[in-house]
Amino acid sequence: MARITLAKGLNAGLRAAMEADPKVLIMGEDVGKLGGVFRITDGLQKDFGEDRVIDTPLAESGILGAAVGLAMRGYRPVCEIQFDGFVYPAYDQIVSQVAKIHFRSQGKVRMPIVVRIPFGGGIGAVEHHSESPEAQFAHTPGLKVVACSNPVDGHWMIQQAIACDDPVVFLEPKRQYHADKAELEEGGDLSEAAPLFASRVVRQGSDVTLLAYGPMVKTCLQSAEAAAGEGRSIEVIDLRSLSPLDMEPVFASVRKTGHALVAHEAHVNLGMGSEVAARITEECFYSLEAPVLRVGGFDTPYPPSRIEEEWLPGLDRVLDAVDRTMSY
Amino acid sequence: MPGNPTTDESEELQVSDTPGTSSAGQIGPDLVEAFGPSQADGGPELVQLLSPEGERVEHPDFRLDLDDEDTAIKGFYRDMVLTRRVDTEATALQRHGELGIWAQLLGQEAAQIGSGRALLPQDFVFPTYREHGVAWCRDVDPLRLLGLFRGVDQGGWDPNDGNFGLYTIVIGAQTLHAVGYAMGMQRDGIVGTGDADRDGAVVAYFGDGASSQGDVNESFIFASVFNAPVVFFCQNNQWAISEPIERQSRIPLYQRALGFGFPGVRVDGNDVLACYAVTQAALRRAREGSGPTFVEAYTYRMGAHTTTDDPTRYRLSSDLEHWKLKDPIARVKAYLTRNGIGDDDFFAGIEDEAEQLGEHLREGCKALPEPSPLSIFDQVYVDQTPELAAQKEGFAAYLDSFETSGAGVH
Repeated sequence: MARITLAKGLNAGLRAAMEADPKVLIMGEDVGKLGGVFRITDGLQKDFGEDRVIDTPLAESGILGAAVGLAMRGYRPVCEIQFDGFVYPAYDQIVSQVAKIHFRSQGKVRMPIVVRIPFGGGIGAVEHHSESPEAQFAHTPGLKVVACSNPVDGHWMIQQAIACDDPVVFLEPKRQYHADKAELEEGGDLSEAAPLFASRVVRQGSDVTLLAYGPMVKTCLQSAEAAAGEGRSIEVIDLRSLSPLDMEPVFASVRKTGHALVAHEAHVNLGMGSEVAARITEECFYSLEAPVLRVGGFDTPYPPSRIEEEWLPGLDRVLDAVDRTMSY
Repeated sequence: MPGNPTTDESEELQVSDTPGTSSAGQIGPDLVEAFGPSQADGGPELVQLLSPEGERVEHPDFRLDLDDEDTAIKGFYRDMVLTRRVDTEATALQRHGELGIWAQLLGQEAAQIGSGRALLPQDFVFPTYREHGVAWCRDVDPLRLLGLFRGVDQGGWDPNDGNFGLYTIVIGAQTLHAVGYAMGMQRDGIVGTGDADRDGAVVAYFGDGASSQGDVNESFIFASVFNAPVVFFCQNNQWAISEPIERQSRIPLYQRALGFGFPGVRVDGNDVLACYAVTQAALRRAREGSGPTFVEAYTYRMGAHTTTDDPTRYRLSSDLEHWKLKDPIARVKAYLTRNGIGDDDFFAGIEDEAEQLGEHLREGCKALPEPSPLSIFDQVYVDQTPELAAQKEGFAAYLDSFETSGAGVH
C-alpha cells in the first residue's frame, strides 16, 4: 500500500503505460526536464529518453497535428495541454482531424491519442488557467471524454485511456493534483481496474441523487456529509466518463430517490448537466418528484481569481440546490 | 503608404547607421522592390530543365537523374495526359450531375507527376484535395477519388496501401500530420541509415493559400527543430480561390523557408523534368537525415478553384492565355516529337488509353455503391459506444417502420 496524490497516481500510471508499450509517447510543452508545470511527467524523460518524452515547440495545434501523423505511423501519443484555456489553438486538429479520421477512413486509420487537460479552477490563477471545456469535446462525435476525481482513478484511468484505440480527452482536476492522498494497492492489475467508461456510486443515499465528475466529486461528497447532519440522505455518483455517458447507475439511483441534481464547474448553459438532465427526464419521467436541477458556473467568462470561489459552485450552492429540489 | 511598414514615413521604425540597413532610415532592403510580388515568369531563381518551347536546358544545381531518360519522359507524358483526362472527365461528370463538386488540377499536371514520380514506395504522401496526379503515381484508382466528390464516402482508399493519405479539406492541416508521420519514421529508425531501399521520407502537399495558415507555419517549425524527413511541396498556382498570391505573401514563398531554418527552392511547376529533379533531390536529402526542404512549384491554376467557382469575376483572361503558352503537357510533347522519341503510334496509343480511362470513370462513377444510412454508426469509434449502438438500433427500427407499412422510401 502506498499513499499517493493525484499527481503521483497519474505519473505512475504514465510510467506503467510507457513500460507496457514502447509505442506510447508523451508530447507537450515543458514535459521533459521540467516534468510538466504540474510535474505530472516528472522523471519520465530521464528514464525513457527524449524520443519518447518530447518537449515540443510552443504550439498546441502543432502538438495535436503531429500526434495525428505519429498515430498514423503506429504510435500512441499522449499529448499534454498545459492548461485548459490553451486547448483552443488545437481545437481544429482535435475536432476536425483526431475525432473524424477513423470515420473518414471507414475504419482504416485509428487515432489512439490521449489529450490530457488539467481543468477547472480554484487555484488562484490568471485568465485562461481555470476553465472547464469538457462539453465542447463531449459534443464531438469520435472523441471519448473522461474525468478523474481521485488519485487511484487517475492512476488506472490514464492507463486505460492510453490503451484505448479511440481518441480520449482526459480531464484532470488540477486543484486536486497535490491536495489529497489516497491508498493505492501495490501490484494491482490494469485488467482488474473498474471499466474506464463507467460511472460509479461513491456514496449511498436515498433522498437526492447528486451527480458530479472531476473536481466537483469532492465538493459533492462534502455536501452530502453536511446534509447528513441535517437528516438528508444524499447519493453521490461520480460520472467519470462524459462521453459516452454511463447512465444506467444514474437511472437506478433516480428511480430510487426521485430527485436529481447535476453539479459541475463549467457554465450551466449547454453544459454536461443539460445532457444528463435531458436523459434522466427521458428515462425516469414518472419517478421524478422534481425537475432535474443544474448547479454550475455562471454563463460568464471565468472571473478574476479573487472572486472565483463565489463563481464556482461550492458546498453551499450545492446544498441550496438540494433544498430547492427537496422543497419543490 | 498603406501596407508598407518599411517606408521612410513610418517614423517609429526609422533607425540610422545600423548595420544591415540598406539606406538611412530604412531597416533592411525594400522587399517588394527586391523580390516581387508579381513575377509573372517566376523570376531568375526558377529551376527549369525543359523550356516552355520544349527545349532541354541545364541547371547548375539540379540535373535529371533517370535510368532510361527517353522511356521515363515518355512515362511522364503518359501520366500527365491521363491525369488531365481524369480531371476533364470528372469535371464533365460534375456538369452532368454525377458529382456534387470537383476540384480541378488543370495546369498542375507537371508539378504533381514530377514530384509524384520522385517518390519511392516507402515514402508517404499527405495530399490536399487536388492531388489527383499524385494519387495516380501512388496507384490509387482514379475512380476512388470520385467518391468524396460524389458524396458516397469521404475517401475511398486505404492510406496504407499506396502510402497516400486521405484528401484533407481543412487547408494546411495535413502538413502537421506529415511532420508527425516523419517523426514516427525517425523513431522507427528508417531515416539516415544509408539503406536506400529502406530510408523513407514524407511529402506534404499544400498550396499558396495554405502558406498563410498557422498549421503550415507550425509544421515548418516542428519539422525544422526535429529535423524531420519532410518535403514541403507547395504548388503556388497563384490563386487561393479569388485571392491572388499577393494577398498571401510579399516575398516569394520559397524564401520563407530560410527563416524557418531549412532550404527553399523555386521550381518551374509546369516543367515535369525540373519538378522531378528538385523533388528527388529534396527527398534524398530528407531520407538521408538532413531534414526538411521547401519546394515552391511555380505554376498556374488554369481551371477554376472548383466546379462551383467563376474565375472570370476576379482574373483576366489574358493571364490564362499567357499561361497556356507554358502548358506542362505541350512542352513535353514538343520535346518528344522534335527529338524523335515519341512517334505517332506512341501518341495515338496514349489517346486510346485516355479514352478507356474516361469510360472507366464514366461507367464506374455511376456504379459507385451508395452508402447505407445505417453504416454511419459503424466507424465513428473502434469500440462503438453503447449509446451509439442504441441510436443505430433506434434508427433501424424507425426505417423498418416505413418498410412494414410500405409508406416510405429509404
